[in-house]
Amino acid sequence: MAKLPTPQMLVASRPAFPEQDWLDIKPEFAPGSFCYPAKKETMELLHMPNPHDWDPAAEDWNLPENWEKILCDAFAERLEKHRSLKLFMDICVRCGACADKCHFFLGTNDPKNMPVLRAELLRSLYRRDYTMLGKLLGKKVGARSWDKDVVKELFYYAYQCTECRRCSLFCPYGIDTAEITAIVRELMHEVGLGTHWIMDPVKNCSFTGNHLGIQPHSFVEIVEMLADDCETVTGIRPKTPFNEKGHEILFITPSGDVFADPGIYTFMGYLLLFHELDLDYTFSTYASEGGNFGSFTSFNMAKKLNAKMYAEAERLGAKWILGGECGHMWRVINQYMDTYNGPSPSHMITPKSPITGTVFKNAASTKMVHIAEFTADLIHHNKIKLDPSRNDHIVTTFHDSCNPARAMGLLDEPRYVLKHVCNNFVEMPENTIREQTFCCGAGSGLNTEEIMELRMRAGMPRGNALRYVQQKFGVNHMACVCAIDRATLPPLADYWAPGVTVSGLHELVGNALVMKGEAKRTMDLRQEDLPNVVDDEPEGEE
Amino acid sequence: MFASLILVLLMGAIAWVGASIGLASLFGVVLPYVAVVVFIAGLVWRMVYWAKSPVPFAIPTTGGQEASLDFIKQAKIDCPSTTWGVVKRMFLEVFFFRSLFRNTLAEVRENDPVNNGPRSIYYSSKWLWCFSLLFHYCFLLVFIRHFRFFMEPVPSCITFVETIDGIMQIGAPRFFMTGGILLVAVLFLLGRRIFNQRLRYLSLANDYFPLWLILGVVVSGICLRYFDKTEISQVKIFLMGLTHFSPVSPEHLNAIFIVHLTLVCVLLMYFPFSKLVHAPGVFFSPTRNLANNTRRVRHVNPWNPPKQFFTYPEYEDAYRDAMAEAGLPLEKQPEKAAE
Repeated sequence: MAKLPTPQMLVASRPAFPEQDWLDIKPEFAPGSFCYPAKKETMELLHMPNPHDWDPAAEDWNLPENWEKILCDAFAERLEKHRSLKLFMDICVRCGACADKCHFFLGTNDPKNMPVLRAELLRSLYRRDYTMLGKLLGKKVGARSWDKDVVKELFYYAYQCTECRRCSLFCPYGIDTAEITAIVRELMHEVGLGTHWIMDPVKNCSFTGNHLGIQPHSFVEIVEMLADDCETVTGIRPKTPFNEKGHEILFITPSGDVFADPGIYTFMGYLLLFHELDLDYTFSTYASEGGNFGSFTSFNMAKKLNAKMYAEAERLGAKWILGGECGHMWRVINQYMDTYNGPSPSHMITPKSPITGTVFKNAASTKMVHIAEFTADLIHHNKIKLDPSRNDHIVTTFHDSCNPARAMGLLDEPRYVLKHVCNNFVEMPENTIREQTFCCGAGSGLNTEEIMELRMRAGMPRGNALRYVQQKFGVNHMACVCAIDRATLPPLADYWAPGVTVSGLHELVGNALVMKGEAKRTMDLRQEDLPNVVDDEPEGEE
Repeated sequence: MFASLILVLLMGAIAWVGASIGLASLFGVVLPYVAVVVFIAGLVWRMVYWAKSPVPFAIPTTGGQEASLDFIKQAKIDCPSTTWGVVKRMFLEVFFFRSLFRNTLAEVRENDPVNNGPRSIYYSSKWLWCFSLLFHYCFLLVFIRHFRFFMEPVPSCITFVETIDGIMQIGAPRFFMTGGILLVAVLFLLGRRIFNQRLRYLSLANDYFPLWLILGVVVSGICLRYFDKTEISQVKIFLMGLTHFSPVSPEHLNAIFIVHLTLVCVLLMYFPFSKLVHAPGVFFSPTRNLANNTRRVRHVNPWNPPKQFFTYPEYEDAYRDAMAEAGLPLEKQPEKAAE
């Protein structure tokens, strides 16, 4: 990875707007500005159209011979399938309200990263084929024809958008750039263009059950190890039920939490909580992925990866599904799952907490509850004992992940939990949280190393807000409910606000949870010494 | 930006010249009928075009807390979970431009003392909201006021609007505030496109043209009322003729009136084929007009493709031995599967 400039240099190096009209500028594929391409074998295995070898930095992308027809037909098909696309092509007035709402634009000052221009890249093609004036007047009214540079440009900017939907909140017509980006990515896939960082997890998830390609036996082994670590910290070894039939609840969380630091500590938090509740649940190695990189590929791929959840709930006879902390997973579950793969298996019931008796009517059809909703309900009914002072060494803030915030509205549940497990909680500035939250800069499959500088640029608004509360209120921790965040925020914090650590919500729950029969806690789940541990009275040493 | 200005001026000039060389009937009678037909048919066609594509997914942008637990307060307007909530959200969106009201202005500082480094600050920025609201409402009121030309007797509500509009009692004929504010608002919307670097960069002829056109309509209208005063009673007779499909000759009418009418007709004809369709479009927007209730009520996609995925039996076939070794429960034990 190339060395990063300092934050000051990075901000200062944002270029001014170019002199030329945007229609006359071609993107430059400099190293670090693009994600590595998907491998041909991966695409073949997934039956993606037109798999081929190509290099984004090369002049020729080896597009299939009839690429223009493929793209025009695919675009026409999408227009027929999605009213949103027709509408968003037609009704933008270019008022510019979206421009400085985009983290990519703020960090790069590239005009084509203004959501309005990002959409114009496609809209200009739409005008040529679908509007009378565009047909007649062409470039004078912002219409243009397809050519290979246009394809490159679409690819370039479709992967400089994290589908965070912040712009759609501010748009007076609710034009959703995520929808446009998702469809442009679909179009690119029609001519065999995809990125390795997205398609490899998609392949893994298709054939092994999770993005990381962890095979069933290894999955079990890793979780057993995490259970061992739980025992080291608490003296209690939580149970780890796998693929067991007849349990009430199937628990599904992103596989990143089984594998990567610091997500594993969040996973340990789940294990401890479920053990303490004596919850009647099981994991599944088959449906071992909550996340869905298919949703960064195409609607159908998202459907395909998501289908395992209901299929496994049906096979195991689970009554309802509890979902772990993840961002785009919850976009899919909240807005797409039931449409894709519903109705849910007939034996499933409206989720009801076996501990508090609360019926989650808001999940009556999907039958899937967010762990933050579940835990907030437990705390509200006083069903778990918490010692927030175990988290006294941290002053935490909370990062709202884009998808739970703007595609679900999960804002106060995690805060409710956080405030009960931590004594020191500080909000970041108001225009950077809740529904106005800024992306980590690397969502929607952009969390790859080769574009680290770009990620830091896109993460600038989040990083600046974090730095602000760090400097002003001594914040040294950021909690979040997203597995991608847990992977992307640590480097962001190291860069923009060094000294701030990152964790999932349930890691802090795991720390604060007072369990029946537990040993005295001297360490947190990361096995770091807890400060302010009072030594027990010496027991009459002789 | 100037090409579209010239285009508008040219249209005005053609109408002027046309009126002077005896073609007033073409611009005053034929064009308005054509324009109204194009406007209505165009809008209907546009809405049918949109409606022909389904809404496969419910994708509301949630602008606040969802409805979940009893003790957590839902943002019922910004994150509606019922149709009634959606109606309220749409009402605020359409009548008060709620989303635009949120607008902020981001400033990125390279070196800020608090952050001891770069810092982004977001200021409330309501200018665009304010002027676009003024623009749309004044346009609406001016439009309503014009009904006195089409209706006999003039309904009292229109007289009332006129009274309120001219309540400042400045000048004779009385100055209508809406006309003045509309002019200022159009100039603001034009000005920000011309002087704001970002806006200038992203603006197309398609953005300037309707603004110049509306400016032309407003300026010619103001001229007709205050400066090159037209004979109101003649105009009314002429317009009543149009609305009753028994047109009278417009030959004797002021040339500026023909210019005004022509520009309005151009606006009507341009409307369905331009960004101006944002007016009906906002009602169709799936990020605003759907409830965030997709976990409670299933949204159906009419083209939902069949399920195709790596099934559990296939998965077990692929990993059976390893799963058996790890002690995982199996549908078929290895020895059974081998048979």
